Amino acid sequence: MAELKYAFWPGCVSKGAAPELYVSTNLVAKALGIELVELDTATCTGAGVIQEQNPEMADALNARTFALAQQLGLPLMNICSTCQGIESMVQDKLTKRPDYLEKVNAILADEGLKYTPGLAIKNFLWVLVEDFGLDRLKKMVKRPLSGVRVGPFYGCYILRPSQILGKEEFPERDTYLEQVIEAVGATVVDYEGAKKCCGFPILTVNRENSLKQTGNHIHEAQDLGADALVSPCPLCHLNLDAQQPAAKQVTKHDIELPILHLPQMIGLALGIDSKELRLNHHVVSTKKLMDKLTAPVAR
Amino acid sequence: MKVKLKVKRAGPDGPSGYSSYEIDAAESVTLLDALIQVREYEDGTLALRCSCRSAICGSCSMRVDGRARLACRAKVIAITGGDENHELTVEPMGNMPVIKDLINDMELFWQKMRSVDPYLKPEGVEPEGEYRVPNETMLDLTHAMNCIMCGACVSDCTVLEVDKNFTAPAALAKAYRVVADPRDGHSHERLQKLSEYSGIWDCTRCNMCVEVCPKGVAPMNRILQLREMAIEEGIGGNSGVRHTNIFTKSITDGGRLNEIWMVPGSVGMFNVPRLMKEMPGALKMLRAGKLPFEQLIPPGAPGSAKMKGMDRVRNVIRKSASLKAPKPVVEE
Repeated sequence: MAELKYAFWPGCVSKGAAPELYVSTNLVAKALGIELVELDTATCTGAGVIQEQNPEMADALNARTFALAQQLGLPLMNICSTCQGIESMVQDKLTKRPDYLEKVNAILADEGLKYTPGLAIKNFLWVLVEDFGLDRLKKMVKRPLSGVRVGPFYGCYILRPSQILGKEEFPERDTYLEQVIEAVGATVVDYEGAKKCCGFPILTVNRENSLKQTGNHIHEAQDLGADALVSPCPLCHLNLDAQQPAAKQVTKHDIELPILHLPQMIGLALGIDSKELRLNHHVVSTKKLMDKLTAPVAR
Repeated sequence: MKVKLKVKRAGPDGPSGYSSYEIDAAESVTLLDALIQVREYEDGTLALRCSCRSAICGSCSMRVDGRARLACRAKVIAITGGDENHELTVEPMGNMPVIKDLINDMELFWQKMRSVDPYLKPEGVEPEGEYRVPNETMLDLTHAMNCIMCGACVSDCTVLEVDKNFTAPAALAKAYRVVADPRDGHSHERLQKLSEYSGIWDCTRCNMCVEVCPKGVAPMNRILQLREMAIEEGIGGNSGVRHTNIFTKSITDGGRLNEIWMVPGSVGMFNVPRLMKEMPGALKMLRAGKLPFEQLIPPGAPGSAKMKGMDRVRNVIRKSASLKAPKPVVEE
């Protein structure tokens, strides 16, 4: 099996309010034998927010990140649905407008960088399914999450707009989370909110709407028997986990549902200790979920 | 080809379950053809709305397997992938009341459309000849002008699901169509109104409308253009503008997002009642070890958190201003 090695863009949130994502990603990558070379001088993608006032600035910064990965001769891996969406959007724009790309490259040339279209940019979810392979993952599972019911929560930007997110080449990308949940032995909870918006982007603009969105999805999944949700997006995690008590207040739904980062779920199945995966660093307690995972780790 | 349909039924008394149908049809069959065949030969009580059958009139929007589509433009085989056992779930649009079966009451849609004054309101002296508009401007407007008012975006809008006051994608895309047209004389007032509660800043940017729009209007992208215009016009004083300002400042200052300062920076530093609402959450995050202390100093202040190599990043940011396309010039 070919060695897997990526230029790794950790994103802002894993370096900020979701350090458990950064830690668990590195642990799981190591356990899977995926080598990550962190891009420690790459900047925020703009998350669609800088784009509201200055799309050109965001284009240049993202092109710079792509060029940094190309300088290493490696594909780019991110751990955030929003990063994925923005990076794919910028990549699409730069590919379709060579004259614009030329101007962007003229700026990057100051530090000896150049972006050439064709870089593979993949969220950890896509890496897992397309590059690593779920059959290989299944063989490495030491603690199957059998009996645990998990709802997928994708995050908008890893799904939409589908034309720029590789729908042609990889038509099953909107089913990967379900596939991964099954691969680690858990049961998929099929609920409508899985592909909707967590509400996080408008938390400061319209708090009530934002919390209603997040609270409704959690409530729906919990009502259908979910023990946890899993997401490849730390921004979704911030609303679903950290804002869950506030969402409970606003929606009056009786909710209490642990939210896992995707690498945490994989790590549990690989037999990594829950504390090492920092499952104790969530706002919503993961204790009940851990109690359910009583199966001893196979040697 | 066998086509299996599971159609949601509803009458004046509300939903009454699903009816299943199975028909034989040509491989080229559209969902609309299939439904008409059902209505003509299987079940005359099935109600649906349609007219042109060519994706022009916008009458036949409905949800197929949970997603809004124009039935006349949806090839069955494209959705099922040729799997004859794939039963298509057909439902009326979301977010709007149902009159019968697949027919929605569109009043909410029209009410929102009317609320943005969806027509040009010129100001000043009329030109002697025609109004002249630069080509680039009209090209840019073609996306928004493609709207056939089918309601697909309104059906699947994730904000409208929790807040019926939201102006929603279709009307906001139409608003862009008039605001960005140089023949309109009220752009500034329009942008001011659109910047209020329930307007352009309430969109979550979830891309659902971009995904379901059958005509390439990409309403969310039009909303983003309106946001950019509002900022250019200096229309601020709302959380949306403050949010993008503090966000951009944070990246320009440190390369990565300063999350701690996003909330006070967006809702307003002195908005005490609003900030108090965030306190319990912040304390819970603190207890969980999720507050990044290195971000305690606000972006731009001495000692704020910075990525390494910021001089190179700032160089890119400064020079990116040269990438902006020049504004089209109106011919006199």
